[in-house]
Amino acid sequence: MIPLSWYLIVAAILFCIGLYGALARRNAIGILMGIELMLNAVNINLVAFWRYITPEVLTGQVFAIFVITVAAAEATIGLALIISIFRNRETVIVEDVDMMKW
Amino acid sequence: MSVEQVVFLVLAVVAVGAAVGVVTSKNIFYSALLLIACLFTVAGFFVLLEATFLAAVQVLIYVGAIAVLIIFAVMLTERMMGKTARAWNEQWWIALLVVICLAAVMVQVVITANWQLSDGAVPTDAVSALGQTLLTTYVLPFEVASVLLLMALIGAIIIAREEPQEEK
Repeated sequence: MIPLSWYLIVAAILFCIGLYGALARRNAIGILMGIELMLNAVNINLVAFWRYITPEVLTGQVFAIFVITVAAAEATIGLALIISIFRNRETVIVEDVDMMKW
Repeated sequence: MSVEQVVFLVLAVVAVGAAVGVVTSKNIFYSALLLIACLFTVAGFFVLLEATFLAAVQVLIYVGAIAVLIIFAVMLTERMMGKTARAWNEQWWIALLVVICLAAVMVQVVITANWQLSDGAVPTDAVSALGQTLLTTYVLPFEVASVLLLMALIGAIIIAREEPQEEK
């Protein structure tokens, strides 16, 4: 049997890599990919906790399904925004899209 | 070391390696392909955790839909991304510092915490139990999620639509 902490450590590392991508990437699509990595790490955590702590009640899986739903909605809207920005400003570099900065 | 543990370690190495590639690759298209590899390994973790339905959903939705959507967006916006463009902004070292500290704290907590493990078995008909849970206890979040998806669908169409010429 695999110890629970292995899953949690891998999920923590994946979350941190995704967070780094979201914070440090210049390309807006790269930032979205970082966010997807973070959401996946959370899903691993939810399912691991479900399997090891409450395997009889399927709450962990239900929440993982909701996270996947929200991730799908977020990716759709995010990519639509990026395509819209690219059409108007000819760039996907977030540093160049600063017209709302004062 | 059991077979399961070896499979887990292989999956973990591939997942972390692919994730590092996603955030470090200068070419955003390679990032997208590595993201697909990483999402597949997450589906592998779900299989190891006996959440087979979620593994199928992971492959269908993440690999089948979201990754393809990301690749579409990369293709539509590729023109500006020269191969020499920097991948990271000027604050990347602060981000790296923060992320390393966060990882250290989380790993420390995970190792020292005393988890109340249960040795119960997964229900044999987990998929039907999952469906019943979704439509009884969690029926309100389920409906809200469907409204959210509808809103995302309509919003994406309106935001990404080509504006009519006379409005410009």
